[in-house]
Amino acid sequence: MMMTDTDPGKTAARETTVRQRWLAILARASRSEIETLVGAALPTHEILKAPETGTVMVEGRAGGAGRRFNLGEATVTRCVVRLENGAMGFSYALGRDGRKARLAAILDARLQSEDADGALLAEVTQLAAAQAAARDLASRKAAATKVDFFTLVRGA
Amino acid sequence: MYVAVKGGEAAILATHDLVAEARRGNEAVPELTVAQIREQQGLACARVMNEGSLYDLDLAALALKQAQGDAIEAAFLMRAYRTTLPRFGSSEPIDTAQMAIRRRISATYKDLPGGQVLGPTYDYTHRLFDFALMDEADGSAGEARPAATALDAAMPRVPDILGAEGLMEAETPPQGDPRPFDLTREPVSFPADRDVRLQAMARGDEGFLLGLGYSVQRGYGGNHPFVGEIRVGEVCVEFVPEELGFSVDLGEITLTECQMVNQFQGSKDVAPQFTRGYGLSFGHSERKAMSMSLVDRALKCREFGEAANYPAQLDEFVLYHSDNVEAAGFVEHLKLPHYVDFQGELELIRRITREREQRLAREQGTLPEAAE
Repeated sequence: MMMTDTDPGKTAARETTVRQRWLAILARASRSEIETLVGAALPTHEILKAPETGTVMVEGRAGGAGRRFNLGEATVTRCVVRLENGAMGFSYALGRDGRKARLAAILDARLQSEDADGALLAEVTQLAAAQAAARDLASRKAAATKVDFFTLVRGA
Repeated sequence: MYVAVKGGEAAILATHDLVAEARRGNEAVPELTVAQIREQQGLACARVMNEGSLYDLDLAALALKQAQGDAIEAAFLMRAYRTTLPRFGSSEPIDTAQMAIRRRISATYKDLPGGQVLGPTYDYTHRLFDFALMDEADGSAGEARPAATALDAAMPRVPDILGAEGLMEAETPPQGDPRPFDLTREPVSFPADRDVRLQAMARGDEGFLLGLGYSVQRGYGGNHPFVGEIRVGEVCVEFVPEELGFSVDLGEITLTECQMVNQFQGSKDVAPQFTRGYGLSFGHSERKAMSMSLVDRALKCREFGEAANYPAQLDEFVLYHSDNVEAAGFVEHLKLPHYVDFQGELELIRRITREREQRLAREQGTLPEAAE
């Protein structure tokens, strides 16, 4: 289906999806990776909500698909910033790294201000590729332990 | 009457210094770092995260360092820290069908879509000491060789395969998919629903649940369980912040899931089918997940109209005794001064003894021949 500018609902949905993707990539990145993306010069920004560590209760489902239950909490750190151009950036990620949260929120604000072919988005895409490669390697290492069954025939 | 006693401050300060010294051990030996514990004692960290009911590998490692490896003391540190944190909300229910699999085995099907993946396990080791680990190592491990291709993207949960045949008890959310009960915020009442039971077991003591699960297998509960599936891997945690209004992927956590398949003869209302026990835990912790799934099935006896005669089938018994931080607190509080309580007991027993002696003396006085 074509997505056009005359269909604001669809466009919004698509933009949310792209943003969700970079938020997921930033959440998985290490602090040093985030620092590299931000670069040496920190852009001027206002901290709307200082980095704060709290928890999110992780829910599971009985049998995997049934009734919801509380499995236990996980630490999460969040931060909200605003750039000079007015763009607001958010960060929500597992863990307790306040510095990472602040820098990731700056990146979220910058990515929203950037064109789809911007340099920062390209770097984030590269980071995503590295994360995908790490996942693929872990999966291939698991695949090396996959069992090949053979049958022993009695009395043969 | 309750009487407060003061004193011992200097002794307590001195014991803090002494326990710090005991924790450090011989200073000629390099001190452990939290990162070393996190990376090299991962299974211990998983246990602390489960029983501390808080997923944070660094904190679990710190807790183990601070507690000299005492898992329950470490869990206590996690619980205490958690109470200082605000809760932002609840995640979307995690989807274990989408797990990035590192281990997945089934004892019920040999050939299943996606295959049997052993992953990192001690199951096939001989439990012989590897004395090479005693030497100062050069830091390298045996390199795991990757296969040419990754695992199948689709790894269906094994009970869902039986479910498609209609032979497996269905697991569907109740009407309206209600928010789960949270025993950290509301008092538990009995009979407890399954969400309460699963939460209590998820934070419950592994040893206690292992013992109960074992008791079920030995006949104190009447299950005949099969491991339908155990899977270990990474799962995304999604959360919808109010101010954003859309779900944010917070990153991945490692989970272990066990689906235990059990016989069920059927009743006058329900046709014979397989029934489930479910276990889910943080980190790689399959003994915990398996034990939880055995006890989960045992606790479902009421739903299936089975008799509840044994400890593993009694929700009140299981839930009131599975929490090792609570249990340790109550058992270990006996170490604290009970001087006044005990003084009262002492007075009482002295008085009873005195009175008994006086009575015996009186009886001897009146009936001299009876004493001969």
